[in-house]
Parts: sequence; C-alpha cells; structure tokens
Amino acid sequence: MTVPANSPAAVEAIGLTKIYGSGNTEVVAMKDVSVTLARGEVVALLGPSGAGKSTFLTAIGLINPPTAGRIVMGGEPVMDGARALVDLRAYRRKHLGFVFQKANLIPFLNAVENVAVAMEINDVAPRAARKRALELLGYLGVADRATNLPDALSGGQQQRVAVARALANQPSLILADEPTAALDSHRGRQVMELFRKVAHERGSAVMVVTHDQRSLDVFDRTCEMEDGLLRKG
Amino acid sequence: MNLAAKDIRHNFGRFALTAIGIGLLLMIVMGMGGIYRGLIREATLLIDNIGADLWVVQGSTRGPFAEISRVPASLEDRARAVPGVASARRFVSHTVQREHRGKPLRIVVQGLAWPEDRGNWIPLVAGRPLRQAHYEIIADRSLRLELGEKIELGKNVYEVVGLTSGMVGSGGDGLGFFTVSDAQAIQFDVPGEALRLERQSRRARVEAEYIGQVQPLLVERAVGSASGIPALAPPQVSAVMLTIQPGMSAATVAATISTWPDVTVYSTQQQKDLLLSGMVDKAKRQLGLFRVLLIIISTIIMALIIYTLTLDKIHDIAMLKLMGARNGVIVGLILQQALLIGALGYGLAYWLGTFAFPKFPRLVVIENQDLLTLAGIVLGISVLASLLGIGKAMRVEPNKILS
Ligand SMILES: Nc1ncnc2c1ncn2[C@@H]1O[C@H](COP(=O)(O)OP(=O)(O)O)[C@@H](O)[C@H]1O
Ligand SMILES: [Mg+2]
Repeated sequence: MTVPANSPAAVEAIGLTKIYGSGNTEVVAMKDVSVTLARGEVVALLGPSGAGKSTFLTAIGLINPPTAGRIVMGGEPVMDGARALVDLRAYRRKHLGFVFQKANLIPFLNAVENVAVAMEINDVAPRAARKRALELLGYLGVADRATNLPDALSGGQQQRVAVARALANQPSLILADEPTAALDSHRGRQVMELFRKVAHERGSAVMVVTHDQRSLDVFDRTCEMEDGLLRKG
Repeated sequence: MNLAAKDIRHNFGRFALTAIGIGLLLMIVMGMGGIYRGLIREATLLIDNIGADLWVVQGSTRGPFAEISRVPASLEDRARAVPGVASARRFVSHTVQREHRGKPLRIVVQGLAWPEDRGNWIPLVAGRPLRQAHYEIIADRSLRLELGEKIELGKNVYEVVGLTSGMVGSGGDGLGFFTVSDAQAIQFDVPGEALRLERQSRRARVEAEYIGQVQPLLVERAVGSASGIPALAPPQVSAVMLTIQPGMSAATVAATISTWPDVTVYSTQQQKDLLLSGMVDKAKRQLGLFRVLLIIISTIIMALIIYTLTLDKIHDIAMLKLMGARNGVIVGLILQQALLIGALGYGLAYWLGTFAFPKFPRLVVIENQDLLTLAGIVLGISVLASLLGIGKAMRVEPNKILS
C-alpha cells in the first residue's frame, strides 16, 4: 500500500481540551492536546494511569466530545469543541474501528456474526459481510472458531475477533485502548504486530494505548501524555 | 442477520415462558369475547327459529325472555280473531331443576302448541319431532340425555325422542321441548296432599256461608279441580305468538292488539332487543371489563420482560451505537422481540383455544371479525410494551462501553 504524499492526515486533533464535571469536582483530563496521525502510521500512546490517554482516544474516536479544540478527519472538520459537524454515528461506522481492553463481543452472536454485524450496519449485504468476516477471522487465525459464541472462546481468541471486527469496514483510523492488557505477552505482541501489518498493508492510521514496553519496537513512533498534557509526539 | 432472533435463541427459556404466559392470558381474552358472542347466539336461537312475527305478552311487561309474563290461554283465541292474523300459538317456558340419575338436572321446559306445532322447525341432530300429545320430549344435548331415555318429571315419565345441539336458554341451561299441556303439567305439578288440603279449606269456607249450606252443588264445584272454576284458573301461558297473513302488515295487527289494555305486543325484533339489552348487556359489560383488565396485565408483563431483556443487552446496545448502528437497528431489535412475543402469544392462544373452548361450560363462538380485532389489539400492546425498553436504549451513550 502506498499512501500519496499529499493525501490528508487520517486525523488531526487541534488543541483538544476536556473538562469533566464542574466547580469543586472539575477535572481537567486533557489540556490543549494536538496530534496528527498520517495514514499508514502506527503510533503508541504512553503515559501513567489517569494521564488522559483514554479521554484523548475517545475524543478522536467521536464518542466523547471534547470541551474545546477541533478534530479534522481526512481533511474534513468533524468536531468543533463539543459540537458535531457531521453525523458522528455514520462517521464512526464508515471510518473508525475500536478495540478495547475487553473484547466487548455481542454475547448472542457467534464469532463470524460479531464481525459481520459491523459490516451489516454499514449497509454491506449479509452474504458479502459473512464472506469477508470469515476472511478476516482467517487473517487473525481464528477461522476455526467462527461459529462459536464468545463464551466458548478464550480471552485471546475473543480479542482477535474484536480486532477483526474493528478492521471489518476498512476504517481509516483504528483506535485501541490497552488491547493487550488481558493477554499474555506472546499473544499481546502478536496483536501489536497485526496492527502494524494492517497499517502498513491497508493504509489505516492506528493509535494504540499501551503499557507494554517490550513491544514498542513495533510502532513507527510514540506519544506520551501526563496530567492531561502531551509531553512529546 | 436478524439480531432480535439471535438474541431470542440465546434467551430462549425466558422468552418462551413469556410467550406462553401472554398466550394463556390472550386465550382467556379470546374466550371471553367468544362467550359473549355465544350468549347472544344462544339467547336469540329460540326467537330466531320459532317463526313468530308478533309476541303478545302480559300487559306492561317486557315478555317471557326478560321477566315473568303470564297471560290466559284463551288469549290465543282472542288473537286469532284479529284481522290479518294467520295463526296464534301458546308460548310456555319455565326452568325446572330436578334430580336425574342422582345429579341435578336443569331444564328450560318449552311448550309446543300441539297439534299445530310438533317441533318440525327445531334443528334435530338425532331422533324425530314429537309424534304424540303426551310424554315425549325433544332434549338438548347439553342436558346429557340419550335417545330413548326415560325421565320422570312431576307425576309422569317422559321419553326422549329427539336431540338438538346448542339449543339453550339465556341462562345456559338446555331446552326441553314438550307439548304445551305436558309443559304445564310439569309447571303446575302439585303434590296430592297439597291439593287435598286446598280443597278442604275451600269446602270449609263455602260451608261457612249461608249459600253454601243451601246449595250443595256449589260445594261440589268448590272442591273440584281448580281449572274447573274460571275465577280461580291461573293464567297459564307465558305469551302468545302470532304469524301474519301474507300481504298483511304486522304493524297494523300490532296496532290493533296494543289497544287491548291487558296485554302488550312486541315484534320479534323488539323481543330480541329487549332480551339483549337486559341480561346479555350486563354480561357484555362484565366480560368487557375482564378483557380490558387482562389486556392491561398482558401489556404490563410484556413491557417488564422486554425492559429486562433490554437492560441485559444495554452494554451490547452501547457497543452497537459505538460501532455506528443507526437507531433503526436498535429499535428494530427491541420492537421485533415484542412483536414476536405478541404474535407467538396470539398464535398460542388461538391454538389452545381450539382445544379449550369446546370444553368451556358455555358456548364459545369465535368470529373472524373478533379475531382480527384482537390481532390489532395485540399488535398495539406489543408496540406499547416495547416503548419502555426502546426509551431506555435510546438514552444509552456509546461511551458507556468504557465503564
Ligand atoms: N467520565 C469521567 N468523569 C470524571 N472524570 C473522569 C472521567 N473519565 C476520566 N476522568 C478523569 O480524567 C482523568 C483522565 O482519565 P483517563 O483519560 O481515563 O486516563 P488514562 O486513560 O490515561 O488512565 C483522570 O483523572 C480520571 O479520573
Ligand atoms: Mg485509560
């Protein structure tokens, strides 16, 4: 995959600030954070607990509107402060993929259905969705568990199904918040390498929040947050 | 893929139990509507079939279907003399409860004006109409009498010669057709000792008068049968039914008879309306009230189950929203489940009804119109029941997935 040099950044966060609560309970979780992720780039987001990493990730994931700042995706302004400039849900299903510490699979759908549902809500025909979902499960090495319900899968298998789901609609931006925290280091590294592969092969931008120092070599670069501030990026 | 169906398969037990519960409630709702239709059909069966144009009943009463009506048997002859009347028949009807084969037996004793009326108009399922003036009965099946069975009423024994099906009075008791004279014999049957005492006291009263002492014939009449003394004879029939000559108007005949101060005259339609507005109307309101309550209960049960099923899925709904699912996907998930519970319940109610309704003690008549109406109501309550869950799901924020 080659990314044209002049193509707009996958996401551009400009001066994002998030304040939770008000008055005595006011918490400034993120202060004037500006980050740009290019397409095809894998970036690690580091920092101690409570630094504001999840706040930043969910802000650019369009599920947690910032108090101030702007978000531009693929050259298109999508958030101005807490105000949405586009249909956020439509934007999420077309352009974003999420992976969390927990797999958050839908318990009444089997592995392949969990992946296919993400495509069906994005208007992919059921047959095509299922076919592609099976391919993705194969790509992630869990094709043999396609018809198992999440309950019957190990934690690592569940997480790989969740990654397949995040990749389903070929998003331009994949956001992963401590995706390997529940996995052993071998499996964790596999998932990280997968993100790198996806970014480089498919041109998605990937940002991964992680505490795992040993797999940092997988990333193109790292950003670090502390006390709501971006220390280096 | 259909998310609602997948979730149901996952929660099958709870879902099936709810559908069964709703199904049983809907079956009762359906049955109550059927009982009401059955009441009307049973109540009007006799009036519709007996073939009368006008009913002459006791003055200022509503007729034998609404209350007690007594007119003298001779009214029949007076009515026959009215221009335009083709025929006049006595109508005798009363309910008796006797013991038969060790069990209580309630019969609506119905008199046929023998010999003109032998019951040829009665729809028989077995046997034949009456063939002799006495001691024969055409019985309804609900009385559980067999053809040829003998049954003792008063001082006589009657043989079942014909059977009907579904011919019952407004109280749900089976009809038994006798000749009028047999019907009266059953109605006015008095123990011999009571007769003797009555005659004794009559004799004492006559003999206490001077005229009684000088006229032995008078004493002889006084101690004879009551029907032999015109002033003492009880009015013995409930009503007189008239048919109108072809080409004559029932209204003209009715106008003539309504000038007689001792009777009131009704058309067949008026008799039906009186019957339906009286007893059947109360039953209708009673059944209607129960139906409304049961429908409300069904709605509440359904709403609670749909709500808890939704609460169980709230995390998954947040995930779907996070993945960008439109509201339609989420509303569809909840609404389809409610509709499916409603549809299954309705189908179950109908299916169970085909077994249960024939065993109900009263006739249950399920009409297509009522089935359609109930289907509409079930659709309505399913939608209503899902609103609580849908409201909850709509308020969920996608970032709830993080907590
Ligand atoms: N919903 C919230 N309401 C109030 N405070 C919050 C909320 N979410 C996070 N915070 C606070 O914001 C700060 C940053 O949190 P977070 O972004 O989760 O950090 P990290 O992911 O780096 O551990 C913390 O002090 C946390 O307590
Ligand atoms: Mg966090």
